[in-house]
Amino acid sequence: MTHRFESVQSVRDGLKAVNYLADEGIAGVAFLADRLGKPVLVEGPAGTGKTQLAKSIAEMTGARLIRLQCYEGLDESKALYEWNYKKQLLRIQADRGSESWDDIHDDIFGSEFLLTRPLLEAITSKEPVVLLIDEVDRVEVETEALLLEILSEYQVSIPELGTIEATQIPLVFLTSNNTRELSEALKRRCLFLHVDYPQMDREKEIVLTKVPGVTEMLADQIARIVRSIRQLDLKKSPSVSETLDWARTLVLLGVDSISAEQAKETLHVLLKYQSDIAKAAKELSDD
Amino acid sequence: MLELLAGFITELRNAGLPVSLTENLDAMHAISHIPLEDREAFKYALGATLVKNNAHWRSFETVFEVYFSLRGPEYSISDGEGSIEDFLQQMQDQQMQGEGNGGAGGMDSLTPEELMNILMNALMNGDQAMMRALARQAVQRFAGMEPGRPVGGTYYLYRTLRNLDLDGMLDKLMEASKQQVGGELTNLEERLEKDEYNHRIEQFKQEVEAEIRRRLVADRGAEAMAKTLRKPLPEDVEFMHASRDEMQNLKKSLQPLTRKLAARLARKRRHGRKGPLDFRNTVRHSLAYGGVPAEPKFKYPRPAKPELIVIADISGSVAAFARFTLMLVYAISGQFSKVRSFVFIDGIDEVTEYFKKTEDISEAIHRINTEADVIWVDGHSDYGHAFEVFWDRYGKEINPKSTVLLLGDARNNYHASQAWVIKEIQQKARHVYWLNPEPRSYWNTGDSIVGEYGTHTDGVYECRNLRQLEAFVEKLA
Repeated sequence: MTHRFESVQSVRDGLKAVNYLADEGIAGVAFLADRLGKPVLVEGPAGTGKTQLAKSIAEMTGARLIRLQCYEGLDESKALYEWNYKKQLLRIQADRGSESWDDIHDDIFGSEFLLTRPLLEAITSKEPVVLLIDEVDRVEVETEALLLEILSEYQVSIPELGTIEATQIPLVFLTSNNTRELSEALKRRCLFLHVDYPQMDREKEIVLTKVPGVTEMLADQIARIVRSIRQLDLKKSPSVSETLDWARTLVLLGVDSISAEQAKETLHVLLKYQSDIAKAAKELSDD
Repeated sequence: MLELLAGFITELRNAGLPVSLTENLDAMHAISHIPLEDREAFKYALGATLVKNNAHWRSFETVFEVYFSLRGPEYSISDGEGSIEDFLQQMQDQQMQGEGNGGAGGMDSLTPEELMNILMNALMNGDQAMMRALARQAVQRFAGMEPGRPVGGTYYLYRTLRNLDLDGMLDKLMEASKQQVGGELTNLEERLEKDEYNHRIEQFKQEVEAEIRRRLVADRGAEAMAKTLRKPLPEDVEFMHASRDEMQNLKKSLQPLTRKLAARLARKRRHGRKGPLDFRNTVRHSLAYGGVPAEPKFKYPRPAKPELIVIADISGSVAAFARFTLMLVYAISGQFSKVRSFVFIDGIDEVTEYFKKTEDISEAIHRINTEADVIWVDGHSDYGHAFEVFWDRYGKEINPKSTVLLLGDARNNYHASQAWVIKEIQQKARHVYWLNPEPRSYWNTGDSIVGEYGTHTDGVYECRNLRQLEAFVEKLA
């Protein structure tokens, strides 16, 4: 099997080319995922670029991104496959009487009558694919078992058809916001990657690449203030996406050096709870 | 290599991380794809395959450092090396020109004052290489390490840092940066500068710590060292013996835990219950199937949320435990219809208001510590008196819906127990539970009378760490 990535560094450079700044850990794990042919479980606070990582990898490798959004009540027929009952019914009615039951029986459970859902689609696809299973912690523990076969063997067993094996091994990313502990079985099959809030330098870089028209100095100031705010004991620390929103706001307002006043007035972009905003405003102004 | 890795994994397991056999094999596979001389990549390869929970990352890092820190050229333990030494020389020259004071030679001949100056400069400029070299020098000079001495790393760390006076350093740095700007800094700028320096000093401390560890490993060998460094995972830290650092970590891990707990409890409430057929709803949905009731709908019972009354001992020995339980309970207060809380030492006071007034739990806790009126005579725990007063004042408010939680070690300083109060409460309330932060083997020894109270409760639970506390709260709601 040919590998997608040359080295850890090449992953890093490639991601940078599509405007995703990966740190050593992220690039390393992505590289290993390809080499070992294992899925990656990405965990971390909301808004730190977990989903974006999968998207960027897809963009970088030129692969198609197939996304399965998880939610409570997700089941087999929405994640894996479903029989197309209507079409089967039509098939039976179309030549009633002319064929024996056995022929029809074999016929209506053919791949023609199978509706593929994201997971099956990802492994049957001819072209390279990145499979993103988003917010896997939202499904119930029992539903997790659905994923196990595809994650470890890259195959799907359909009782009427047999086992469908992957034509190529897709890169799989699972994201989790950690609202519940995932099962051991799932964790064991994956590489684990924790994406945390970035270091100050990296956050500054991110602001610089993602926000057009921001000056170096402003980006530096933004990153410092955000780091400062994250150290407070808040209900919800500002995420990277909120940092970016804030940077855009400041650029739009034509600010090139943030004063305490301006910071206070625009804090609501960064923080989403009134108590947090009050606390941060207090911390920033008097010290 | 294989042997080293096997030892490494055994140590991880000893530290409490669950590493399965497949994960072990994965790790072996993973490192075959990674250039071994790239230490960072190597670390992440092992981390991604072996550590599946972020709370365990710190333990992993420590073990990793002990096992693999010695390998790699830049970490050799000589007292002075070429490149860094040259660099130092340069720095020193600059310094001499700047300040005009004499003093030549390598780092060893520097006076402490000069060393401090260099350190300050390095911190000022955020110079990583310099900081590392200085950390090395500082350890060599101040820690006074002797081979074979049976002293823990913290002792050396303390000795080194005491000599460096980093708190004073922060003030000096702030002073210097003020001069640099030439004038007053605004509050915001000052705060940002301070954060930056704090961050750098923290980095420097870590360098020092790492250096000490490296030397100790060289002296005693990786296995012995790993054993002394073994720290419990955050969820296993005991409330009663947690250090300040561990407390911080506990606090941090409390928040994701409450989130998880709340999600789990809400889910539990919604699922897994059978109810009678909801006729109206079934007929309504049958319209979609031409009147055939193909999709039966059920009425799911909505169990009433319990009302919670927390009565906590906040005397010194168990204060941390009470704090954590209160924090946890209030963080998931949405799962209870009402939460009332009382704290006592030998007097008792209601503190429900503190939590109502603010959204910030830690502020409420702070107010409890400073404002609550809990001292009656001498400020030594008196459970009997506290319970008696509670019964007089609030006893009538206990109803069959309320669940009463009693927190404390039941060390009553040989006062009267007044266990009849608990008996009365039990008769009126739905449940009464007692949570004891002491190990089970200490119960009913000395002045502990948890057994006497316990007979009148629905259960006495040992809650020494976050894991046990979490398990109990889940059972409760």
